[in-house]
Amino acid sequence: MRAAGDLVLGELSATAAAWPAGEADHVDGVPARLVAAPSTTDEAAAVMRIAAQHGLAVVPRGTGTKLTWGRPPERADLVLDTRRMDRIVEHRAGDLVVHVQAGARLDAVQEHLAPAGQRLGISPVLPPGAGPGTAGGVIATAATGPLRLSHGAVRDLLIGITLVRADGTVAKAGGKVVKNVAGYDLGKLLTGSWGTLGLVTEAVFRLHPLPRAARWVVVGVASAADAHDKVQRVVHSQVVASALELDRPAGDPAALAVLVEGIPEGVDGRVRTLLDLLGGDATAAGEPPAWWCHAPWAAGEVALRLTHEIAGLPRLLDAVDDTARRCGLRAAVRGSAGVGVLHAGIPAVPGAVPAFVARLRELSPSWSGDVVVLDAPPRVKTALDVWGPVRGLTLMRRVKDQFDPARLMAPGRFAGGI
Amino acid sequence: MTIDQAPARRSAITGLARQLRTALGPDAVIDDHQRLRTYECDGLAHYKVTPALVVLPADATGVVTTVRACAEAGVPFVARGSGTGLSGGALPHADGVLIVTSRLRRIVEIDPANQRAVVEPGVINLDITRAAGADGYYYAPDPSSQQICSIGGNLAENSGGAHCLKYGFTTNHVTGAEFVAPDGEVVRLGGKAPDATGYDLLGAIVGSEGTLGVVTEVTVRLVRLPEAVRTLLAGFPGTDDAGAATSAVIGAGVVPAAMEMMDALAIEAAEAAVRCGYPAGAGAVLIVELDGPAAEVDAQFAEVERHCRAHGAFEIRIAADDAERASFWRGRKSAFAAVGRISPDYIVQDGVIPRTVLAEVLHRIAELSRDTGIRVANVFHAGDGNLHPLVLFDDSVPGEAERAEEVSGAILDLCIEHGGSITGEHGVGSDKAKFMPRMFTEADLDTMQLLRCAFDPDGLANPGKVFPTPRLCGEVPGRHKGAHPLQDAGIAEVF
Repeated sequence: MRAAGDLVLGELSATAAAWPAGEADHVDGVPARLVAAPSTTDEAAAVMRIAAQHGLAVVPRGTGTKLTWGRPPERADLVLDTRRMDRIVEHRAGDLVVHVQAGARLDAVQEHLAPAGQRLGISPVLPPGAGPGTAGGVIATAATGPLRLSHGAVRDLLIGITLVRADGTVAKAGGKVVKNVAGYDLGKLLTGSWGTLGLVTEAVFRLHPLPRAARWVVVGVASAADAHDKVQRVVHSQVVASALELDRPAGDPAALAVLVEGIPEGVDGRVRTLLDLLGGDATAAGEPPAWWCHAPWAAGEVALRLTHEIAGLPRLLDAVDDTARRCGLRAAVRGSAGVGVLHAGIPAVPGAVPAFVARLRELSPSWSGDVVVLDAPPRVKTALDVWGPVRGLTLMRRVKDQFDPARLMAPGRFAGGI
Repeated sequence: MTIDQAPARRSAITGLARQLRTALGPDAVIDDHQRLRTYECDGLAHYKVTPALVVLPADATGVVTTVRACAEAGVPFVARGSGTGLSGGALPHADGVLIVTSRLRRIVEIDPANQRAVVEPGVINLDITRAAGADGYYYAPDPSSQQICSIGGNLAENSGGAHCLKYGFTTNHVTGAEFVAPDGEVVRLGGKAPDATGYDLLGAIVGSEGTLGVVTEVTVRLVRLPEAVRTLLAGFPGTDDAGAATSAVIGAGVVPAAMEMMDALAIEAAEAAVRCGYPAGAGAVLIVELDGPAAEVDAQFAEVERHCRAHGAFEIRIAADDAERASFWRGRKSAFAAVGRISPDYIVQDGVIPRTVLAEVLHRIAELSRDTGIRVANVFHAGDGNLHPLVLFDDSVPGEAERAEEVSGAILDLCIEHGGSITGEHGVGSDKAKFMPRMFTEADLDTMQLLRCAFDPDGLANPGKVFPTPRLCGEVPGRHKGAHPLQDAGIAEVF
C-alpha cells in the first residue's frame, strides 16, 4: 500500500508540487493521503488525470476557510491545493472584467482592482478567525455577503469559467464579455457545487466601479415585526441601498444597518431620506458596524444558513426564537435581510441541535426558505442531515453521474449524499 | 430517418394526437397540415419546418401530459412561446410535437412585499411590468420585442435588451421555475427565496434554449421603479468618437441604464423610416439613459454630457419629458425594420466584443464592407459590446447573398478573435449551431453535453439546436427578407 502511495506521489511530483498529507490536511476530520498544489490549469489537469487513473478521491482546497462546511467527504485521498494558482491573469479595466486563477485571494484581487477605481462585488461573511477566501472557494460555496443586494450573488458576477473535469479534461464555458448566451452556463452550475462536479481553475468576473462615497445608517429594531417593517420601508423606497443587513445577537438588542453608496452629494441626500424613513434612533456613520461581514457564530458553534422570501423575515425570526427557547439554546442571527439570506450561530449542544434544525425545517415553508447547517463540530454533524431536503435531487444526481461517474470529486460532501 | 422508420414515426404521431386530444380536449391539438404550417418558423423566417403535431395546452398539467406522452412515445418536442426568437430556437421538428405556451398567460401573483412575480410561461414580458406598475415595480430585462415576446421564451434564450447593461439579463432576474424534464418529471427549482439547496439547476436551464425541458411557471424578481430617469442623445462625427465617449463614461465609473449607438447608415435608414430627426450630419449617435436616485442621476448626467463633448459630440439633446425620450428611442428601436426599407434583404447579426476593442472591430467591419461591396449598418448596445451589424444585400443580384453571408460569418469570427461571443441575446438556436466549434473546443462542447445528457439522455427536447449536428453542418446562415412580419404588422420591433 505504501509502495503504491509512493508511486502515485512520484507521478504527481513529476507534474506539480506534491507531498504526503499531514494532520493539517485533514478534511473535516477525514484524513487525506496526498496533497498536490498545481500552479496552472494544465498542471491541475495532469494531477486530475493521475487521480482518476488511480481512483483517488479529490477534495479541492483554497485557503481552507470553508473546508469544514457541508458534509465531510466520504474519502479525501488527494487534497488539491489551489493556493499556487493565485495569479490575476488579466484585468481589463476598460471592460470592467477580471480574469483570475481559482487560488487568487479575494483581498489580493480587490487590492489589485482598487487603483483602477473598481471592485469585485463579492463580500462574503468571514467565519471567526478566518481571512478572506479565494475566488475558487467563493465559487464552490456560493458564499454570500452584504454587497449581494446591489451586485447580485457570485453566480451573477461570474461570466466565464475554466474547469478540470474528474477525468482531467479541461473545459471552458462563458467567456470574458458580460453579454453572452452561447452555450450552457456551466459557471452557474459549478457555483455552489462544493467541488463535486469538477475543479474550477480559472474564473472571469464582471466588475463594478468603486463608489466615491459610502455611509451606513444604523437603527435599532425592537422585535421581529419591527425588523420586518423597517426592512420593507427600505426595500420599497427609492434610495437604492447597496446592502441591508440585520444583526440580532442572542439575547441582545438587534439592529439594522443600511449601506448607501454613490457620489457624495447623492449619498448625503439618501442618508437623510433613510434617517426619516427609519426614524427613532437611526444614526449615520462613515464606517460599518463592527459586525459587518462577520459570521454570527463563534468558533466551535453550529453555523446555519437560513434563506427566506423577503417578507418572510418576521416568521423566520419568531420561529428561531421560539425554537431556540424550546431547545434551550441561544441563537444569534445576522445577514442580508434585504436579499433573503441570513446566517445563524447556535451552541453545539448534542441532542438540542438536531431538534432545533428539525423544527426550523418543519416551519420553514411559512417563509419559503431552506435551513442548511454549514458547519458544526463532527460529533454534532454526524447526528444531522446538514443539507436537509432538496428539490430536484434526481436530476442533480444525474448531473453528478455525468460529470463524475466514478464519484471522485469530493464524494458525499454535498446535498443528498452527492 | 431512414425510410423504414418513417411509418413508425407517423403512427407514433397519430397515436399521440389521439391520446392528447382525449386528455387535453380537441381544440388543444392541431394535426391538419394547413394549420400546422402556421407554426413552421419563428422570428427567423429563413428556416421553415412544419411540425408533425401542435399542442396548445391550457395549463401546466397539459404541458406535463404532453411531455410525458412524448417521452413514452420517443417523439421529440419543441417548446414555443410567442415565436419572436431570431435564431430559430423555436423552429419545429418535422417528426415532433410543438408545444405552444400561448394559452398559459396567467399572471399568478404580483407580490411586491417579496419583490417577485409568479407567471405562466406564455405571459408577455411587458405585461409583467404593466401588472407591477401600480405597486411601483417593473420587470427589468426588456428585449425590444417585449410587447410581444413571452417570458418562457425569454428564459429559454436568456434574453437581454437595452437596459441589461445596468440591470443584468434574464438569468439574473429569474429566481424560480416549475420545470418539466424531458422524461416528464416535474421539479420546482428555486422560488421567492434565493439559494435553494443543491446544484443551481435553474442557472443551467436559463439560456439553454429549450434543450433541457419546458418551464410551466416562472418566478421573477421585480425591480423598484427609479426615482429619476434622464436620457440624452448625442451626435458625433463618427463611431470612433462615440466609442471613445462610451469608454470614457464607463471608465469614469458611471453605469448607465442604457447606452446605445447607431452609425451613419443606420441613422440614414431610421430617418428614412420614421423621420426621427437625429442631429444632421452625424456619423454616429449615442443614446445614454441614466436612472436611479435623482441627485446621483443629475450629477452623473452632467458627467456624461462632459465626456460626450470632450470626445467630439457636436450636438447634445436632453429629453425634457417622456414624449421626447420616446422620440429619442424611436429611431433606435425602429432601426432593424428601417433597414428593411433601404435594402431588399438583410442579415441581422448578433455578436459581442469587449467594449475596449469597439473601434478596432468597427474598422474591420468597414474594411470587410469595402472589400466585398456589401453595406453594413451598425446598431448596437455600446455599453456592453453587443453588436448588431445589419448586413445588407439584394438577393436578385447574382452572388450578393453569398457575399453577404460571408461578411456576416466573418463578423462573428471577428467577435471570437477579439475574445467575444457569437451571440449576446438572440441565442444559438438553429442558426449558429455550426459556429459553436469556432468559439468552443470539442472538450468544451462535450462538457456542455454532459449536462444535456443528464437532463435529456434520449435527445427529445428541442433536438438539433445550440450544438452542431451533421444536419446543420454546411448550411448557410439565416437571411431575412425585408422587415419581420411582426414589424410589418406593427406589433413588434426587433433588436
